[in-house]
Amino acid sequence: MNDQYILAIETSCDETAAAIILNGREIISNVVASQIESQKRFGGVVPEVASRHHVEQITMIIEETLEKANMQPSELTAVAVTEGPGLVGALLIGINAAKAFAFAHSLPLIPVHHIAGHIYANELVEPMQFPLLALVVSGGHTELVFMKEHGSFEVIGETRDDAAGEAYDKVARVLNMPYPGGPHIDRLAHEAEEGVEFPRAWLEENSYDFSFSGLKSAVINYKHNMDQRGEEIDPQKVAKGFQDSVVEVLTTKTLRAARQYQVKQVIAAGGVSANKGLRTSLEQAFEEAKISFVVPPLKLCTDNAAMIGAAAAHMYNAGVRGNLAMNGLPGKELKSWI
Amino acid sequence: MIWLGIETSNSPLSIAIVKDGQIVEEIVQNEKLTHSVTVMPTIEELFRKANLNPADLDAIAVSEGPGSYTGLRIGVTIAKTLAWTLKKPLVGVSSLQVLAANGQGFAGVICSLFDARRQNVYAAAYDGETMQPVIQDHHNSIGGLLEQLQLLNTPVLFIGLDAVNFKEVITAQLGNQAIFASTSLALPRGSKLIELAQKQSLPSVEEVHNFVPKYHRITEAEANWIKDQKKGQ
Ligand SMILES: [Zn+2]
Repeated sequence: MNDQYILAIETSCDETAAAIILNGREIISNVVASQIESQKRFGGVVPEVASRHHVEQITMIIEETLEKANMQPSELTAVAVTEGPGLVGALLIGINAAKAFAFAHSLPLIPVHHIAGHIYANELVEPMQFPLLALVVSGGHTELVFMKEHGSFEVIGETRDDAAGEAYDKVARVLNMPYPGGPHIDRLAHEAEEGVEFPRAWLEENSYDFSFSGLKSAVINYKHNMDQRGEEIDPQKVAKGFQDSVVEVLTTKTLRAARQYQVKQVIAAGGVSANKGLRTSLEQAFEEAKISFVVPPLKLCTDNAAMIGAAAAHMYNAGVRGNLAMNGLPGKELKSWI
Repeated sequence: MIWLGIETSNSPLSIAIVKDGQIVEEIVQNEKLTHSVTVMPTIEELFRKANLNPADLDAIAVSEGPGSYTGLRIGVTIAKTLAWTLKKPLVGVSSLQVLAANGQGFAGVICSLFDARRQNVYAAAYDGETMQPVIQDHHNSIGGLLEQLQLLNTPVLFIGLDAVNFKEVITAQLGNQAIFASTSLALPRGSKLIELAQKQSLPSVEEVHNFVPKYHRITEAEANWIKDQKKGQ
């Protein structure tokens, strides 16, 4: 078999990213241009600003990716791109750049689901073992995905309101922490011995769904009540109370699902899986349960194109192809490709 | 010399291939379809009909704005990516000038405009003979634009799909000075875009990376942020 080199492009939110992946396992080059410095001004991602930055960056990022790999377009096997979900205006930049590039060099296109990408980031670390359970937690997603084999996805739980990362950002704002809030809350939480007691949203007994808006409101109410009493809140204790609630619910539901589905491996993916509190709790739970647990390194947890290339490699081998009429799908559902 | 012209600044779409000053292929449509879905298949189809390969191109022209933000970005992203990866120069032309060029030869000024909502427009005015700008591309209230045009004291040919949205207020203010172009001139054409691009000197291929749409407006979020910064001082 000839070596397969996939150029992957990802622009679903505020990261302009490209990568070249060899045979679905090896990163040849991986370039990410973050917009955090710009978006920080607004305390969150402004879609129009994100789209403008993507147009500024896109060709430079792809060029840098090819240069770092020391490769010519003629040596590539295919072009992969995130089709959705994400911000539509942002997705469109990556998709149209991918289509123009593929047309210029007569290369096949592969449309990739962003969450499949997050899960497949693990293939760049070690081969996945099936059946598998993935917990995908980021600013936009909180999902439990069961995989019987490569290319097979069953979403068994998802958030009914805010994504975990979104709740982190909102609580960070209550505590006057800058965007993105996750790392600040994580740090503060580790500085407190004891947290403020906040509720846990377990939902129905057998549900694997999540809900974080109640918890977020509880934090806001707590601050409000303290303000009215003229008392100062202790940000460390609030952060710890909030994080403990998020981590306990995520860990408990993931563990229960892992047991019910009798999986061989549990994967944590997405930006929030970089959270130390969550990582430690999951590691401990699955060590006790004797189930293999993996989290990709930080730079593969946050949005990147290497993960898109890793998923695309399997899709390419399964015969999945896009075409020049591909559109951005902001609400794209995670569907099996086998 | 083979040129590809891409015009997606508003809901109409036009793509053209011009070889040595002759139109080889051109498509002009007004179907209100998503540019993201239609542009690349249309480009591919025109290349196939013209029996050309992407590598045969010598230069690319694109409508750079103003217009719909998403439309501009789709056209510019495609033009930029093709130009960069094929190592060809990329020339940007004002989308208002491309539209105004449909009326070239008019004795007076040609005013092209796009509806920017809430009684605002993106607009410019060009000398009907030379196509030199008399009023530069800008964002304005329709009233503000008409005041400027009135002062020119010369017949004004209004051109573009959106001109009819303002017909009443234009006529009220300019009376006989205003003339409305026929609908056959209302859609921008890729061949006109290329014609205008050919008048510019070709930029170096390295400049492609810095090419961005000319929105003529900063985002609302940035405008508010700037306001807040000033308040804080
Ligand atoms: Zn993501």
